[in-house]
Amino acid sequence: MALIEIKNLTYTYPGASKPSIHDVTLKIEKGEFVLITGPSGCGKTTLCRCFNGLVPHFYQGEVKGEVTVAGINTLEHHTYEMAKHVGLVFQNPENQLFALSIEKDVAFGLENVGTKREEMRKKVDWALNQTGIYDIRERSPHEISGGQQQRVAIASVLAMEPDIIVLDEPTSFLDPLSAEKIFEVIYRLNKEQGITVILVEHRLDLTAKYTNHLILMDQGTVRCEGDPRDILNSEETRLIGVGIPKATLLYQMLKKEGFNLGDQTPLSSEELADQILEALGQK
Amino acid sequence: MIEAENVHYSYPSKVEALKGISITIKDGEFVAIMGQNGAGKSTFVKHFNGLLKPSVGTVKIDGVETTKSSVAALARNVGFVFQNPDHQLFSETVEEEISFALKNFGFEPKVIEDRVTWALNLLSLTQYRKTSPFLLSGGERKRVALASVLAWDPNTLILDEPTIGQDHEQKEKLRQFIMQLQTQKKTVVAVTHDVEFVAECNPRVVLMKEGKVVADGVGREILTDPAMLEMSSIVLPQVAQVFIKLSALGLPKDIIDLYEAKALLLKTKERLGR
Repeated sequence: MALIEIKNLTYTYPGASKPSIHDVTLKIEKGEFVLITGPSGCGKTTLCRCFNGLVPHFYQGEVKGEVTVAGINTLEHHTYEMAKHVGLVFQNPENQLFALSIEKDVAFGLENVGTKREEMRKKVDWALNQTGIYDIRERSPHEISGGQQQRVAIASVLAMEPDIIVLDEPTSFLDPLSAEKIFEVIYRLNKEQGITVILVEHRLDLTAKYTNHLILMDQGTVRCEGDPRDILNSEETRLIGVGIPKATLLYQMLKKEGFNLGDQTPLSSEELADQILEALGQK
Repeated sequence: MIEAENVHYSYPSKVEALKGISITIKDGEFVAIMGQNGAGKSTFVKHFNGLLKPSVGTVKIDGVETTKSSVAALARNVGFVFQNPDHQLFSETVEEEISFALKNFGFEPKVIEDRVTWALNLLSLTQYRKTSPFLLSGGERKRVALASVLAWDPNTLILDEPTIGQDHEQKEKLRQFIMQLQTQKKTVVAVTHDVEFVAECNPRVVLMKEGKVVADGVGREILTDPAMLEMSSIVLPQVAQVFIKLSALGLPKDIIDLYEAKALLLKTKERLGR
């Protein structure tokens, strides 16, 4: 069985006139780096809320179908039971921070599951260091910038060392270099510790190179999914209006003009530059 | 016109966020303010509608010092869209949200109706007219905040991270709309981390670091200067990254436009006889 299996899921928020998720079937294997993208309002955030049971337990509403995460049926088990398997980083960090100090916010989840003091200290410090906020750990999460709040939210999820981390546009308030550093941290956790990552992002320029499973959503459905190189090169993706990375676009434009750069669709500037040098006999 | 002269600002906590900034933004200009988190970008632009007043120095909007007029009076001419839409939205429906300021400014009901319809359409929100903003996605809420300001047609627009949560199509619409505002001599100042968006618009870029302006020039020059960008915690646009890696081919390094990149590469292919 896959780590996450969703079968024919349809979900409607209370009071909404139509479903936000419509007949979605999806499998995510352990250790994948999944990237979910699609037009704003297409159901990406709602799908994230299904992974840890916030939908339907917190949001209520009407749900049909099945969601199984780490062998647990999330429709029948509560969010707190999912917490050690799935960590969710929200789009708006203010919705998830509440403690008097950053450090306490990061320790909150561990306290709740009864982690021993020394072990907690170690895990909290590790998460603070990974996200570059160790030096400000004693400040209040409400006095810091939006970008720093996003790091706190990520740290508090990392500290729990979950099997799966779900991140909903986790770096939207961060400057590009800080965002890249966070993505590198997440990528390293994925590669070295085998944590399954599910990332929601519009900015594929920054993130396409990390993923091995791209999911493209549109109007509450999964339009296509699979190898990011195939999907970003497809006509359907262009039509939905996904922000294809510039390196990928440039590759397509050159190919159209008869500049043969090989069959591999590049996902980053490094890959495209290499392919150009190769094709021009400069390597 | 926005004239900032030796602007210093310290928060009540005594943290000095701005350390002497002087810039002039002319009518019809589009300026992107970039720089790392905590550089003082948001603090600086909050001076443009009088939300903050300088501790030292002056800010003049159309010749009038912000200390000599109220935020309410400034708001008519300077529209401000916050980074986080949840700091701005409060109405029960999208329609009420957008008409709120228009009612406050005393527009006729018919004008309000027309302006609301126009703004909803511009930002692809027509289907949510009667929906609560809080039922919308993050990207859609950001567009409601933008619509509610655009609706009263201010002469100057301050946008704090306007592209957050926006897909490619919405960003392209925003880009076109900003270009259109420029032709009407309206001023747009955007605080943004979105280098690809800036590369597509190629506006004047003001780069801030630790409360100071460290560079001020055309996007194409600043966005292709790796040392300058790294100092400001900004990543090069992807096209510029490719051209820096191709420097051995004798290509120019200051390329951010896809079509220009394509033409140059095709020419190089021909030159090398491939």
